[in-house]
Amino acid sequence: MSKSILFDSTLCIGCGACRDACKERNGLPPGEEKELNYNAVNVVKDYTINGDTVFVRKFCMHCNDPSCVSVCPVGAFEKTSIGAVTYNKDKCMGCRYCMIACPFQIPRYEWFNAFPVVKKCDMCYDRITSGKLTACVEACPTGASVFGDRDELIKVAHEKMASSDKKMYLYGEKEVGGTATLILTDIEPAKLGFPSNLPNEPLPMLTWNILSKIPSFVLFGGTLLSGIWWITSRRKEVEEFEKNNKK
Amino acid sequence: MKELLKPTFWKVVFVIILCIGIYSTIYRFVNGLGAASAMNDYFPWGLWIGFDLLCGVGLAAGGFIICATVYVFNIKRFKPIIKPTVLTAFLGYLLVIVALLIDLGRPYRIWHAIIMWNPRSVMFEVAWCVMLYTTVLFLEFSPTILERFKMHKTAKVIKSFTIPIVIVGVILSTLHQSSLGSLYLIVPEKLHPFWYSPLLPFFFFISSIGAGLAMVIFESFLSSRAFKKEIEMDLLADLGKVMVVVLALYLVLKIIDFNFRHVWGYFFMPGHEKYYAFFELIIGVILPMVMLFFEKVRNSKKLLFLNALFVLFGFISNRLDVSIIGMEHYSGITYIPSFMEVSITLMIVSVGFAIFALAVKYLNVFEHDTVRLDKV
Repeated sequence: MSKSILFDSTLCIGCGACRDACKERNGLPPGEEKELNYNAVNVVKDYTINGDTVFVRKFCMHCNDPSCVSVCPVGAFEKTSIGAVTYNKDKCMGCRYCMIACPFQIPRYEWFNAFPVVKKCDMCYDRITSGKLTACVEACPTGASVFGDRDELIKVAHEKMASSDKKMYLYGEKEVGGTATLILTDIEPAKLGFPSNLPNEPLPMLTWNILSKIPSFVLFGGTLLSGIWWITSRRKEVEEFEKNNKK
Repeated sequence: MKELLKPTFWKVVFVIILCIGIYSTIYRFVNGLGAASAMNDYFPWGLWIGFDLLCGVGLAAGGFIICATVYVFNIKRFKPIIKPTVLTAFLGYLLVIVALLIDLGRPYRIWHAIIMWNPRSVMFEVAWCVMLYTTVLFLEFSPTILERFKMHKTAKVIKSFTIPIVIVGVILSTLHQSSLGSLYLIVPEKLHPFWYSPLLPFFFFISSIGAGLAMVIFESFLSSRAFKKEIEMDLLADLGKVMVVVLALYLVLKIIDFNFRHVWGYFFMPGHEKYYAFFELIIGVILPMVMLFFEKVRNSKKLLFLNALFVLFGFISNRLDVSIIGMEHYSGITYIPSFMEVSITLMIVSVGFAIFALAVKYLNVFEHDTVRLDKV
């Protein structure tokens, strides 16, 4: 069953417990970063909208069909069956195509390390596979972040949306083919820094449409070029033969 | 050897560039990519990918075009320019690999792409094609090296495989020249609409042919000046003619694409991207296309060279527009390459020029025997 983290911004008080728990689990130095970087793979950002402060978490969206998994030339990223997108630092050669491709600008790089790796949330893969909650969900005092089956959590989110008198948005249900991280807010996601121009189809299809045609292209191109060579060289032979005959 | 060490103006410039470049390279490997470059989490690909990789590979396209012309299409009169062109291409690819080794976070793992497969990745395909095509270029150029060391038998064996080697080379080139454009297909939301198009692979392929031909002209002119040799004007004028067709094709496809995606309106919207898109098309495509249409221009050494420069300018701006200018708006930051990035790029380019000059000096690159044979 594919797992998810549902984050409800209306319940978040911005205490930063998820950030601190995340840092502890990942062995990162403590700090109160507002932006993701190589020392912070989960941050709590605050936005002031119409005079109210809205807190929103930023971490890997764990796409159902992730761009990072598709673009990595050495297959360092993996979409696991449990839903987490994991990264194998021993495979990575540091081309940073994942950073270019990620529609949510999530992967971060150790720019000042001579032997750098990519940093991003892995949904506490070791914890969830042994039946535990992710560190962030376990630490959340208000229930703003919950962990569970994706289908179940989408149902929960829709119930909340139906019973709320405000217009609510569920980000991640459909974007780029759906993501395991679901963001429930009463503010337009675009105003909270979530890209609003993403298609509902998975992005890797855009490159796969071209890549999948390569084997046919090689066969077709090889045959065509050999054919052209055969004809042109034969023509040359005939030309020379006729020239010699005239002499 | 004594002659090599005699200082001249260009040799002094070369040594200075080389020293600064080596210093920057060491600094980059000791302190990390972020310390030496202007790249960061919001702008992870900079000058080295935009110029050294995207432009380097495109400018080396002359190799497969001239090889296809001579061996597949059997237009033998282009044979005199095949060796310098293949050498340019081979050096180009070697230097692209050097640039990549500097740009990769962990370059000593570059071989991972050989054993850790991900066929869904465009980068994986590019890696394989570049690797295989560099081998092909080496095989294509190797007879010249082997003959220098009097290994005529080995040279003959390699030469007997010329046709299959060339065909494989053309296919690999077509694949990865276009794939460099496909790299950006996955970022429809990031790349500015002037440059993001489902036709990116086609644009990259066609423009690489234009740039490859322009580079052959450029390189012939420089060689004729540096090595005091005759210019094959009739051949180059013909390349100019082909360039008109290639540029026209590119322009037509661009117009169709802009119409289909309703891009024209962006020329009247705020943002600095429109100036880049405009100059790229006017100076790099339309101007040389119109000029080269006239026989007088094609037959004039100076004007042909000038128009080749226009095409190269257009090509380089296009690659930098796709990789840098077009990606800036979404990233929200302005990327200006650091001094160290520029110095490393300069070092790589000048090493290319230096090796070319050495090869011309010690190998039979401009062979005149073939010219004579063909004229019989």
